[in-house]
Amino acid sequence: MSARQDSFRAALFNTGTAPPDGLTDGHGQPAGRRFAVYRNTVASSLITALKTSFPATAKTVGTGAFRQIAGTYMRQHPPTSPMMMYYGDSFPAFLRELPAVAHLRYLPDLAMLEQARREAYHAQDAPPADLAALASLSPDRLATARPGLAPALRLVRSDWPVHGIWAFNMTQAAPKPPHCAQNVLITRPAFDPEMTVIDDAMVAFVQSLAMGRTLQDATDHATAHAPSFDLGTALGPLLAGRAICHINAGDH
Amino acid sequence: MRDTHLHKHLPSAPGIGYKPQHFADISHDPNPVQWLEIHAENYMGAGGRPLAQLRHLAEIMPISVHGVGLSIGGDGPLDRDHLDRLARLCRWLNPASFSEHLAWSTHEGAFLNDLLPLPYTNATLMRVADHIDQVQETLARPMLLENPSSYLGFAESTWSEPDFLRELARRTGCGMLLDVNNVFVSAVNLDMDARAYIDAFPLDQVGEIHLGGHDEDTDDFGAPLLIDSHGREVADPVWALLDHTLHRTGPRPVLIEWDTDVPDWPILRAEAQRARTALDRLPAAVPA
Repeated sequence: MSARQDSFRAALFNTGTAPPDGLTDGHGQPAGRRFAVYRNTVASSLITALKTSFPATAKTVGTGAFRQIAGTYMRQHPPTSPMMMYYGDSFPAFLRELPAVAHLRYLPDLAMLEQARREAYHAQDAPPADLAALASLSPDRLATARPGLAPALRLVRSDWPVHGIWAFNMTQAAPKPPHCAQNVLITRPAFDPEMTVIDDAMVAFVQSLAMGRTLQDATDHATAHAPSFDLGTALGPLLAGRAICHINAGDH
Repeated sequence: MRDTHLHKHLPSAPGIGYKPQHFADISHDPNPVQWLEIHAENYMGAGGRPLAQLRHLAEIMPISVHGVGLSIGGDGPLDRDHLDRLARLCRWLNPASFSEHLAWSTHEGAFLNDLLPLPYTNATLMRVADHIDQVQETLARPMLLENPSSYLGFAESTWSEPDFLRELARRTGCGMLLDVNNVFVSAVNLDMDARAYIDAFPLDQVGEIHLGGHDEDTDDFGAPLLIDSHGREVADPVWALLDHTLHRTGPRPVLIEWDTDVPDWPILRAEAQRARTALDRLPAAVPA
């Protein structure tokens, strides 16, 4: 039986090879293109799974090209688990090495953004922290507090206007993407991921918090990038995105 | 979860395969649908909308958990991590039913996202029976096993499919999920008599019936080749085969599956109503 499933699986992924021996059509003939039903279903179901997870990437390259790209990917990187919502983790990295899309230099980052949105969508629920508790902290204790970030929070750094390109493809009446690099903060205030374009100082701030630093440390780190960094402004998208889910108050 | 202990069995009534786009319609007025089936693998994320919707739906009607990725017919051992995920989902949800397929989909660590066929031999019988035992032990509940739709046969098969399934039920105590559309599709594709298949099936073990739409194609020799696409209405001869089946089984839970080109709710509801009618016109003498 092992040899049977070995040859079946090999023939599923090698479109040039004949179907395995010993398959019949119930009419006393070899199975022939009946085997292709399985071959087509495997390919189209995996390609559809990738298209569902990476819709802006698919739209950017066009339907036919995406089928080819995703077909190559699924043959080289078949899923390792039945959870299709996680299939394609390595798709952005695959695109980065794929000569056929080398001219679309922003494409791997666009796929990375979609991957991050998908992770945020399925991330663990976490109720937001009590804002009254944060507001009631003395300035000293606020400075040494360590906000804990929601499991759904993601940061995507890009040399391309990756948010603009996503919006241009996915939302109606979106403007043409600007000519600038964009970092994107993804939060999940309820069930749908929300995206905010943020500067390098805010990236440094959020990364510091993600590493468990105090608000003061994170602010210092961000101010080193941009002297005009303002803590109140920086907390805005995190609070609106319900992305701070607990506050370890300082020890003062 | 609250109240789900009330749903120990699926009702002998119409159910539908749940799609998230119908959440609002079902929450507002599910009639005549009385239960829902979910694909287990779509609810294995850590959180977010899918689990929140499922939590709500489980409070308003019985849920059947239908696995599509366990690869019970695989020649390797079952994926322990995946089995544990199924066990976690069933502990959390306490569904009215758990079912999986007589098929394989994982080979040497690669998941192929399709229900692939296996030959019916003594060796595969023992392996599948061992896998079913392991599933039922891990989930601490009996499972239903679904008959596949077939496009080809295996020269080495020594068992008929109904006999193979009957023997699996006898050895493991599992129940049967009888997909009547799959029977019709396999019968046309492999030149069998669909009613004879139903009559040979272990009907006393049937805990659920599936119905779905199929597409029509032809093979290399011009013979009809039906594809189990779940992308349209249930075909008329499949409804007739349902009547034939229900007259032998009595009322059973009947599920409408529609997985591709998913229609608006009124179209699904009309399919469920047709299943309701098929159940309602059973003579009273048919055993429940």
